[in-house]
Amino acid sequence: MIPEVARVAGTRRETADTWTLELEPPPGQDAWVYRPGQFNMLYAFGIGEVPISISGSAREGATLLHTVRAVGTVSSALARLKRGDSVGVRGPFGSAWPIEETAGSDVLIAAGGLGFAPVRPALAALVARRERYGKLILLYGARHPEEILYRREIEALRRRLDVDIEVTVDHATGAWHGNVGVVTSLIRRAAFDAEHTVAMLCGPEVMMRFTLAALRDAGVARERMYLSMERNMKCALGHCGHCQFGADFVCKDGPVLRYDRIRERLAVREV
Amino acid sequence: MAGQERWLLERSDLQQLLDALRAAGYQTVGPVARDGAIVYDALERVEELPAGWTDRQDGGSYRLERRDDQALFGYAVGPHSWKRFLHPPRLKLWRAERTGAGFRVEPAGDEAPRYAFFGVRACELHAIAIQDRVLLGDRFPDPVYRARRDAAFIVALNCSVAGRTCFCASMNTGPRAASGFDLALTEILDLRNHFFVVEIGTERGAQVLAGVARRAASAAELAAADEVVARTAASMGRELQADGLPGLLLRNLEHPRWDEVAARCLSCGNCTMVCPTCFCTSVEDLTDLSGDSAERVRRWDSCFTMEFSHLHGGSVRASAKSRYRQWMTHKLATWVEQFGSSGCVGCGRCITWCPVGIDLTEEALAIRQSDGVKKGKDHGRA
Amino acid sequence: MEGLERIIREHQFFKDLDPKFVALVVGCAKNVRFEAGEYLFREGGEADQFYLIRHGRVALEMVSPGGGAVTFQTLGEGELVGLSWFVPPYRWAYDARALELTRAVSLDAVCLRGKLEQDHELGYEVMQRFVPVLIERLQGTRLQMLDVYGAAKK
Repeated sequence: MIPEVARVAGTRRETADTWTLELEPPPGQDAWVYRPGQFNMLYAFGIGEVPISISGSAREGATLLHTVRAVGTVSSALARLKRGDSVGVRGPFGSAWPIEETAGSDVLIAAGGLGFAPVRPALAALVARRERYGKLILLYGARHPEEILYRREIEALRRRLDVDIEVTVDHATGAWHGNVGVVTSLIRRAAFDAEHTVAMLCGPEVMMRFTLAALRDAGVARERMYLSMERNMKCALGHCGHCQFGADFVCKDGPVLRYDRIRERLAVREV
Repeated sequence: MAGQERWLLERSDLQQLLDALRAAGYQTVGPVARDGAIVYDALERVEELPAGWTDRQDGGSYRLERRDDQALFGYAVGPHSWKRFLHPPRLKLWRAERTGAGFRVEPAGDEAPRYAFFGVRACELHAIAIQDRVLLGDRFPDPVYRARRDAAFIVALNCSVAGRTCFCASMNTGPRAASGFDLALTEILDLRNHFFVVEIGTERGAQVLAGVARRAASAAELAAADEVVARTAASMGRELQADGLPGLLLRNLEHPRWDEVAARCLSCGNCTMVCPTCFCTSVEDLTDLSGDSAERVRRWDSCFTMEFSHLHGGSVRASAKSRYRQWMTHKLATWVEQFGSSGCVGCGRCITWCPVGIDLTEEALAIRQSDGVKKGKDHGRA
Repeated sequence: MEGLERIIREHQFFKDLDPKFVALVVGCAKNVRFEAGEYLFREGGEADQFYLIRHGRVALEMVSPGGGAVTFQTLGEGELVGLSWFVPPYRWAYDARALELTRAVSLDAVCLRGKLEQDHELGYEVMQRFVPVLIERLQGTRLQMLDVYGAAKK
């Protein structure tokens, strides 16, 4: 599968090391088609390719958003792209958040750090059809107030009054008046009916593990919790073997996986 | 005619089969002796086959030895498998060129070779079928594999020799070649005769055979061919108890045996290179010196490397133990859930070519015999 | 007094406490409030009170020269502020500052420690409520320490 070439319509700096790229569809394509939770393989010319979650779309699919953290050679190259530059795109790949299946339930989204990006399209999809869901709760943990992503969107959501949003950071300086503490500390404060709640979790694996435990303690059933897993990816086609997590290929059976199906594997080291 | 039809081909006429294949436009590839091993390479003349040679294999050991006859196929399998032709070790995927505004990407335009595989064993037929499932059976069929696979003509060979590391009988993958071939040969060699019974598997096979001198096989000759296969089936060197194996391994992920194997395993990855079903690859992105041209190349990879599971600055599977466990549980357990069959065909290559002779049949048995054992004691020792 | 007794009885921390013990606790309690920015206690101070928040939010902070104040925990309604009153040397290890108008029940630690000594059954009831808070704080702190959202080191 060869990459298509897409133009960068714009970029936005989110934090010190994170940028969001806005991509135009490749020539011949009117709009991007994808499902929340999926990812694309983005190729920086001559450097390499990495999997980046689709963090949303602007103007009804006319442009696609990818939030990239500059941690390695390829991601740094992608993060440095400017309007008018070209990027290779293969995708979309992977499984999606259960947006349709959870109609009628309360939905609790727990996001940590950069994990907010893959779950943001789910939040947008839920809000777009708000009437189909009960409570909508977002719990978001970041390292530090300056590393909070999509601040404007969070504030806009707050103004809606029908989405419960709690944000916390691991530590802060005096200027921050919000919550400080681990993201699980927000669970107690969020009023939700565990029996009718579906949880969607995305963030570092450690954070997802301790959040799963806290939600379990609060009474949410394991088959009503979904995670977005991450593993090394090269082909995204299910052929190179790198992304295997037990029997699942994260690129095609995931990244969104239901907790009860992977619970035992998650507890074994180095699987 | 396709079907169970079997014919008799004299040893002296075998060259005609090779010639017929070449006349039909195939590149014939088969076993040749090179560098002390029997490998798969271009094969045009019957004289190039390792006549009169056999292989003595065991855990961590492979030697060629002279036979006391001139059998053309008197050996088991060597370090090569047919995957090197269908799923090549190195493949250019695409090229990219900078343009004024950005860049464009072009497919590599690989012209698929038309191979005729000469001497494919039953275990290898199964391995090919398994790779078909992996590479063609899901959402993104591999076009390079598809093209080479569709073009490939298969002349199977029913084994007359079972190696010390062979266990196809346990895996129900041999030694009889049952399906998946165009033609299948069984070599019969005794004091008076040297001939081949040829079974036709497909219309394509029948057409090629039509250009080769052959006659109807007698009942006795057919019986002799069946006898060869039966003898081979009875002389397997190893055995793998496969029932309930996936569940057994997956409920013993913390079994102390994994630590024990880890102490021996060098993580060299030989097993993955010689295994006919291992399919893992990686990609390299290369540019030329000007930086205006780039290309992406796919190459074989192994789950035994540290980089294989690289994530967030480290490896998910950093320890040798976790990497050995990954390979074995994938091959014998999770593969079943992924692709509907075991990933192992019982060819024994991994046992032979492991420098320290690690034997997955022995490892599986050790875990089976101590199913559920946990490392150390909980709560400390008194 | 009656109002305070009801408040204590209904507060999360003292949930299901036997009425005879509630009466003992009430004897050490009073209602207090803090304006935004006021300190509940300072690092190094004597831990002779602790607080159960009824309404509002409190930040736990430590100050380092040149670094300003770093907040490592915020606490809200229903939560306990102040742990060091329970163990010698009864000294505060950090600052606690109200982030907004905060109403709390203040418990006199000297008074309560005395009563816990006299009545070990009361002592056990209080421990049973106090230790889970400690464990939850400790676990949360450890997870914060792991710095899971930090960028991967190469």
